[in-house]
Amino acid sequence: MKTVLLLGATSDIGQALAEKYAKEGYGLLLAGRNLTHLEDISADLNIRYNVAVRCYFFEALDYGSHSSFYEELPGTPDVTICIFGYLGEQERAETEWQECERIMDVNYKAAVSILNIVANSYQKAGSGTIIGISSVAGDRGRQSNYFYGSAKAGFTAYLSGLRNRLFKSQVHVLTVKPGFVNTKMTEGMPLPAPLTAEPQKVASAIYSAARKKKNVLYVLGVWRLIMTVIVLIPEFVFKRLKL
Amino acid sequence: MKKRLKNWGNYPEKACQVHSFDTIERLVSLCSAEDALIARGKGRCYGDSSLAEHVISTNKYNRITFFDVEQGVMECQAGVSLDDILRVAVPKGWFLPVTPGTKFVSLGGAVASDIHGKNHHKEGSFSSHTLSIKVLCGDGKIYECSREQHTDLFMATCGGMGLTGIIVSVKFKLKRISSAYIRQKQVKAANLDELLRLFETNKDYTYSVAWVDCLATGNSFGRGILMLGEHAERKELPMSMMEEPLKVHSDSKFNIPFNFPSFVLNKMSIKLFNILYYHKNLKPVQDSIVHYDGFFYPLDNIRNWNRMYGKKGFLQYQFVLPLDQIANLKDIMKKISEKKMGSFLSVLKVFGPQDDLISFPQEGYTLALDFPVRSNILNFLDELDEIVEKSGGRLYLTKDARMNKIFFQNSYPRLSEFKQIINKYNPHFNFRSAQSERLSIIE
Repeated sequence: MKTVLLLGATSDIGQALAEKYAKEGYGLLLAGRNLTHLEDISADLNIRYNVAVRCYFFEALDYGSHSSFYEELPGTPDVTICIFGYLGEQERAETEWQECERIMDVNYKAAVSILNIVANSYQKAGSGTIIGISSVAGDRGRQSNYFYGSAKAGFTAYLSGLRNRLFKSQVHVLTVKPGFVNTKMTEGMPLPAPLTAEPQKVASAIYSAARKKKNVLYVLGVWRLIMTVIVLIPEFVFKRLKL
Repeated sequence: MKKRLKNWGNYPEKACQVHSFDTIERLVSLCSAEDALIARGKGRCYGDSSLAEHVISTNKYNRITFFDVEQGVMECQAGVSLDDILRVAVPKGWFLPVTPGTKFVSLGGAVASDIHGKNHHKEGSFSSHTLSIKVLCGDGKIYECSREQHTDLFMATCGGMGLTGIIVSVKFKLKRISSAYIRQKQVKAANLDELLRLFETNKDYTYSVAWVDCLATGNSFGRGILMLGEHAERKELPMSMMEEPLKVHSDSKFNIPFNFPSFVLNKMSIKLFNILYYHKNLKPVQDSIVHYDGFFYPLDNIRNWNRMYGKKGFLQYQFVLPLDQIANLKDIMKKISEKKMGSFLSVLKVFGPQDDLISFPQEGYTLALDFPVRSNILNFLDELDEIVEKSGGRLYLTKDARMNKIFFQNSYPRLSEFKQIINKYNPHFNFRSAQSERLSIIE
């Protein structure tokens, strides 16, 4: 039986991915901070899809714990998906270093720390798929969320480098840029419906992109277009815009 | 950000702030931060029962946390739908102990409405099969209640319309089946007297319900088709069904993509539909083996069927009258047929006895009718209320969007006990819906 490791499994995208991979018959390794919540998800997916599910405590910011966490897993998972992230508050981060640092730590450093370990293990095994949930916000820094955006830009560049390094070891790396998603993180925000995807849609797009060995996935095609335009705007114009 | 929210009848509409949760921690923090909250699942109640300033959506709290396949005991979070439960239970040989006419309701909503089904006369309402319920009450604590512990909370939560607190999870007993099919018998009745006689002679059937033509007059007054059913044994199935005897239902096939203009449903089209429906059965008695989906949920096959009633929406009027009130039942039906206020589908059923605090069912006849929202409809329903009240009957809160509070107070005899329990578990009345304010349950 194939297995998938979900880092940040209680997030809405994490839960949707767990369901999608369970439907496809994968064994699930769910990692997150809220074990009670993970146990509920685990019981449910086991009852509905009759798959093996295990739950693990995982604290993204406790870098020192990452290698023992990975070693305790039962074997090497076929797929690892790094989902956790922290949107944070842009304005607060402008004046409060703690908030700013947390955005950088969760979205960049923590992801790099755990994926380094996974990458080395996959390289040794000569197989595996690594999927990183980055963001369209990383395509260009904008005043409304450039802390989050720059951390995600770093993560996108990291995944790109990793893909390059692991290609010859038959390890595939997929970068996902979901765009707006209807989740806990965005509840109450007035998101435009045509640009907003449901977590289930994100999960099935990720599953099929990984199978087809795609490199970069924009969940809704329109986002690729929007970000292309945003990236092409000359800087002397861009700096005057309210984005 | 406020959202204009409506339930299944598309009437009334209210601006609500919607919050969702998938952990208890999040739910507790939501409930301590806001006032005027009510839980809402799939929005399949008809009126304003699940509308409030702050709506707590249970849709993301939807995990099946326990299923004992040997004993048929299941525990689910409140946002799990009956549709989800069937998908898991049927292949293992279990079925819902009680089900309403749609599977697209949440379990929390089913408990809050204390739903009844076609088997009420034999097997009671959903509360009869509920083992325990966890409720988040006004003090921010979660109580587990059952017929043994916190009995008062259990009694007031079953059928209590979410006013004791937020129903968090429910443990209940399923029903053993050996096939997913129903042995169905349909019997035509030429008028109401014959129909009521047929109910009596067929009362041993587990499932019974009748469709009634509310527009027929004279000798045909109250004609209808009685539908009876039993879970089919495996040996009764034809070969084609034997391949997969515990087959789960499939997704809905049709959708009504927009609101119909209001002229589509008029006196003529409703009358025509009812004539065709009556005459579709050529033989007086028809036997067949049908899948549970078609037997219990014929309308689930058409997604958004409520849009047939147009943008203004519709009111479902469901009442129950004691068994000795046949004269008044006829009186109500006459009024409907005289005023040509006919309803597309009118559904009649005989309830068995039930001794509950606030649940709708009581021994007697229950009739459910749909009326499109038109200018004169509210006055007309007030007239019907008068007959229901003097007969000792009452209306189903889950369907209600308009009844007045005096009628409500007179028709639910144990209301004061119910209010006392609300006072105990929801002392600051944080949990209150538009309906509970309209009916002064919460003052």
